[in-house]
Amino acid sequence: MTYTILEREELAPEIYLLKLYAPEVANKSEPGQFIIIRIDESGERIPLTIADYNRGAGIITVVFMEIGKTTKQLAALKSGDSLSDIVGPLGNPAHVPKNSVVVFVGGGVGITTVYPEAREFKKAGNTIISIIGARSENLLIWEDRVRSVSDKLYITTDDGTKGRHGFVTDVLTDILRERSVDLVVAIGPVVMMRAVAGVTKPFGVKTIVSLNPVMVDGTGMCGSCRVLVGGETKFTCVDGPEFDAHQVDFTLLLTRLAAYRDEEAASLEKFMHEQDGDEKC
Amino acid sequence: MPEQDPEERIHNFDEVALGYTEEQATIEANRCLQCKKPQCIKGCPVEIDIPAFIKNIAEGDFEASASELKRANTLPAICGRVCPQEMQCEIECTLGKKGEPIAIGRLERFAADYELEKGVQTPGIPESTGYRVAVVGSGPASLTVAADLARIGHSVTILEALHEEGGVLIYGIPEFRLPKEIVRAEVDFIKKLGVEIKLNFVVGKLRSVDELLTEYDAVFLGSGAGLPSFLGIEGENLNGVYSANEFLTRVNLMKAYQFPDYDTPIKKGKHVVVVGAGNVAMDAARCALRLGAENVTIVYRRGEDEMTARIEEIRHAKEEGVHFKLLTNPTIIYGDENNWVKTVKCIKMRLGEPDESGRARPEPISGTEHEIPADVAVIAIGTTPNPLIPSTTSDLQTIKRNIIPTDAECRTSKKGVFAGGDVVTGSATVISAMGAGKIAARAIDQYLQSLRFAETTSTLDCEAIECRNTGNQ
Repeated sequence: MTYTILEREELAPEIYLLKLYAPEVANKSEPGQFIIIRIDESGERIPLTIADYNRGAGIITVVFMEIGKTTKQLAALKSGDSLSDIVGPLGNPAHVPKNSVVVFVGGGVGITTVYPEAREFKKAGNTIISIIGARSENLLIWEDRVRSVSDKLYITTDDGTKGRHGFVTDVLTDILRERSVDLVVAIGPVVMMRAVAGVTKPFGVKTIVSLNPVMVDGTGMCGSCRVLVGGETKFTCVDGPEFDAHQVDFTLLLTRLAAYRDEEAASLEKFMHEQDGDEKC
Repeated sequence: MPEQDPEERIHNFDEVALGYTEEQATIEANRCLQCKKPQCIKGCPVEIDIPAFIKNIAEGDFEASASELKRANTLPAICGRVCPQEMQCEIECTLGKKGEPIAIGRLERFAADYELEKGVQTPGIPESTGYRVAVVGSGPASLTVAADLARIGHSVTILEALHEEGGVLIYGIPEFRLPKEIVRAEVDFIKKLGVEIKLNFVVGKLRSVDELLTEYDAVFLGSGAGLPSFLGIEGENLNGVYSANEFLTRVNLMKAYQFPDYDTPIKKGKHVVVVGAGNVAMDAARCALRLGAENVTIVYRRGEDEMTARIEEIRHAKEEGVHFKLLTNPTIIYGDENNWVKTVKCIKMRLGEPDESGRARPEPISGTEHEIPADVAVIAIGTTPNPLIPSTTSDLQTIKRNIIPTDAECRTSKKGVFAGGDVVTGSATVISAMGAGKIAARAIDQYLQSLRFAETTSTLDCEAIECRNTGNQ
């Protein structure tokens, strides 16, 4: 079995979209789930959220940011290339509420995960308010897609180049002050999700976050992705990836995400060096 | 049997035991008394005709010996290396009553390796019965079931969640005890029998067992016990604390010991504490040494006699310099300011009255708390089956901790679904899983025959009806 890259698109600087041919996975995918990929024989296994899927065409879409060796290597692949392994869909699908006002908060690449979830939530008859944010306008992705599945869309940029100058949490605070909201779903960088949880807690609004710890197998056999939720150890890959934001120990998550910082830097450095070498040839 | 020198071998992942030469094997094989009523066979869970394969070696016909082994056991090169023969075939050996039992495992390994080196003959594939069996997982139980069913002519598909087949043989047991080349070669033999293997296939996600039953005539669950147990003590989520499954998967499956040539990183500890004293704990401790640890300490709450690892593996670990702190139990794991493991606080234990398992219950001795420095801690206190399959299968009975109970013929509570290995017993041994695989294969074949009988009878009924209907003509 080979998994071919059908399409590659640069959505923003260092943010890439890949359409992958994996019919069995596409056929079973639900919003909120993820896949694990391995590029080649010496590759590591990394989790990527399923940003979209087309069951009929057998395609799954993933979006990722270049942050280390594996994502840089992935970004350098072209359509027609293939990945050695794709496994999924993994994790639990998002729980879709009924008759609810739902605020989706998406940051960075997390915006692409908001899209399929908001789409399903909207289909089920919920009212969708979306807030998407990025550092700057050129990093803002999938605005139109998210708008197409939202009743109302707010945009923020840290530098004020588009939408409101500030953070997603600023808009969220205003919304929570103005109207009643049944559920907040936040997907993005850990610091953003932690900030969202901090904003919603005093309002007593149920808040769900999609966690992204270090994973190896993604099927529950190792516990690399363990997180503390309500004082209990949970495995994100099988118990999550979505959890009650007010119960999550974000500090522990951040610490564990940084566990291999030195190794990641070394691996990236070696890769960049080899790339340079190739170019010189 | 010759072995790599301990001083040297702790710096590499090459196999420790080097195997018999032809001459050594022949000499050892000639010690076998060829008993009229061999007791050794009774000790073998996969019923190898032990005197027969040893006789072939004694006569110098190594190829015949390998064929004899393969008749009963598709994975002899693996069994010869990892079976606890001292508790199985060899314990029954008549020679052992007055001296050293015959080295059955080493001879098995010799014959199997000989064949692998010469090139394994492609076995003849029997005519297809038309029945299809799905085998969930590709560990030792599943490989055995698959091979035995394929040899009868059933069409077998193995569904494996990871990107490589072999289960614990690939991700769990390290290269220095079981070279992955050997596992791949034995898996290749099973593929040559016509068994199809689908990798990256998570049953319970890509297909439920219920869905599999619409495509296949029977399903075998050999998904093992892959869910790691933790101690449930403070500090267990600190950086540097690994389940043995994670530690060994990174090292063995992902080859983190070759980082950065392989992309998967691992924390190389200077001071490593491994909690537990089974084979998995020994494997983790010895991997940690090879990753460059200055000292590795096994912490175990019971005593020397209660350790469940193979004697040979305990000996190897000791030779390599692993420290053993027995009758000691961790109570808290302390971290530094960056949340990395710093010390493991332990307490001394004494053995009290027997508990429900029949073993002496370890009890803490108050006032004996002490701290062991550690920058990596590996928890190797056992595993339980993954809940994914039971939670997505209708009418499948489970008992505590997702164990799937079966009758003596490996039948589960669900019609057409069989199970064997660790998913039924909780974490046990490679050979007991293979033994269960043999039993399951027989039971599945009988079940498929009963389907045929049912089909034949219904065809007969149809014919009878047809006869009646056409009787007037």
